[in-house]
Amino acid sequence: MSDEVTYSAAFREAVRDEMAKDDTVFVIGTDLYHRGGHFAQVLGLGEEFGRDRIRDAPISEAAMVAAGVGAAMNGMRPIVDLNFIDFAFGAMDEIVNQAAKIRFMLGRPVPLVIRASSGIALGGAQHNNSPESWFANVPGLRVAVPATPYDVKGLMKTALRGEDPTIFLMHKKLSALRGPVGGLDDLVPFGSAVIRRPGDDCTLVCSGGTVAKTLEAAESLAASGVSAEVIDLRTLYPLDTEAITTSVRRTGRAVVVDEAPGFSSIAAEIAATIQEQCFEYLDGPVLRATSTHSSIPYSPPLIDAILPTVTGIVERVRQTSEAFSA
Amino acid sequence: MHDQETPEALVEWLAAMLLIREFEEQAERASLRGKVPGGVHPAIGQEAVAVGAMRALGPDDIVTGGHRPHHHALARGVDPARLMAELFGRETGLGHGIAGSMHLSDFSRGYYGSNGIVGASLGLAMGAALGASMRGTGQVAVGFVGDGAANTGRTWEFVNMAVIWNLPLIAICENNLYAVETFIDNVMGGKSMVRRAEGFGIPAFEVDGQDIHEVNRAVATARERALAGDGPTFLEMRTYRYHGHETGDKGVYRTADEVDRWRTERDPIARLASSLQASGDLSEQGLTELQEQAVARVADALAFADESPWPSASTAPHPTDREGSAR
Repeated sequence: MSDEVTYSAAFREAVRDEMAKDDTVFVIGTDLYHRGGHFAQVLGLGEEFGRDRIRDAPISEAAMVAAGVGAAMNGMRPIVDLNFIDFAFGAMDEIVNQAAKIRFMLGRPVPLVIRASSGIALGGAQHNNSPESWFANVPGLRVAVPATPYDVKGLMKTALRGEDPTIFLMHKKLSALRGPVGGLDDLVPFGSAVIRRPGDDCTLVCSGGTVAKTLEAAESLAASGVSAEVIDLRTLYPLDTEAITTSVRRTGRAVVVDEAPGFSSIAAEIAATIQEQCFEYLDGPVLRATSTHSSIPYSPPLIDAILPTVTGIVERVRQTSEAFSA
Repeated sequence: MHDQETPEALVEWLAAMLLIREFEEQAERASLRGKVPGGVHPAIGQEAVAVGAMRALGPDDIVTGGHRPHHHALARGVDPARLMAELFGRETGLGHGIAGSMHLSDFSRGYYGSNGIVGASLGLAMGAALGASMRGTGQVAVGFVGDGAANTGRTWEFVNMAVIWNLPLIAICENNLYAVETFIDNVMGGKSMVRRAEGFGIPAFEVDGQDIHEVNRAVATARERALAGDGPTFLEMRTYRYHGHETGDKGVYRTADEVDRWRTERDPIARLASSLQASGDLSEQGLTELQEQAVARVADALAFADESPWPSASTAPHPTDREGSAR
């Protein structure tokens, strides 16, 4: 464990370590060299590694991702940094039809990482989408959603040493979060959730930007005698189904927390999985605490009105706890 | 690496074109007999573009193509039997029945694959050229697209990226005049895709795609530029597909007379064959033998495909789990 660094700096450390170790690792993106990306995620690496490997690109998302895919097919390990995941939509063919399918169709690995910031912060409807589930729905893609600096660094190293394309989504509001990080070879495996808080009465499943408020909800529940277990998924695909079901079989209740709209979401997938695999263990309905089915508004009070809240999570736990107690 | 246009080389080019034509004729017939799930996009008439271009490349160079790809694959040296077996969806196919006609590949020949999405092949070639450039491999990447790609925005993103990064890329647009049934002249603002490409500050040329010599020289020149570190070239190959966009296309968007004129006046195989005969480098009997060889190889390919087993259903799900696909 090193000193505490920010969530953004943890990404930078992972990239620097791997670039120093492996000449084929490089970064393509906009505003990287001087600014270090819009979240300072590669700040300083331009001077250290030069313009070839911290490779500034025009605002051509399709071409950036295509460059990454083609280079990955020809011996490189590119990171394509799209800054905001909302900007990926201009490259969906390159992500979904090319990156994700090439190994399946042609047998050629595509060791590509697409990094972007995701989740709800300020800026309005077109910079705050939470499309994690869209990518998780595409066979061939892996989706990482770290919630801590340690996981940013460890998951990014795993992604960069892997053979398949990874969508690496970092929540905007965590950028300045500080925490310890691992060393050169401390990898966090994909498909390995972590229990952030143990508990016996209800399982709370969350990831990325919802981990902090879910822990806060668990704290609040503890004050009223309800012991909630908080599971941070860390990756959405592969999904650590076993961690979820093991916990739910013990607690008998589950609430899934997700910042994306609930309809057709990861929360829906997890709820379905729990009822398929834990039905006879359940003491109450599997509930979800998600954003409402809304685009993201601009004004802070309006944003707060659509997000899952600590009190909303607590309320869901009460609902599932009381469902059959009457 | 550029083939000298020796009589022996030219005869080999002719043989390669004859093989493609016979393959495509038979693949389309097999498709009409229900042997090819999903049908085919035959490249009959476009043989010189593929053979002329491939013969200008080195063995490590990279080639990608679009949804009409059999001529590229065959010209690059892919085994026609395994290609036909892939069209038939059989276990012995190039992609084990997983890939299909639009997703062919043979990385041992630098054939980085055909692509079902218009324009996408050029992006992958551009990226592969970036890999070649960063690793210093001395490879050139060729991305084939069709005229439909001239009107998808990403094509020009890819060209621009190759320009600003000075990549060893040759963008080849096989302009066969019709994107399915859309006539290029009706949808080409500014009238010229070469002028569009020139707007990016690179050499861009219109090439007679029915003249294999012209195709070959244009690609060889572009390759020399790329290898010299002078960046990408855009080549518009004017060509024509004699058959429909896909199996069963009735071709109501063009006249029989137009098709006949391309077939009779500009056919790339007839042109090369007659010039070789005129120069005394190929006898009538020699031509017949080449044709018979093509027929025999394709007959063998059809038999191989037909006799090949279907893929085992147990391979079907191909879970792309954390290790990627099972292949």
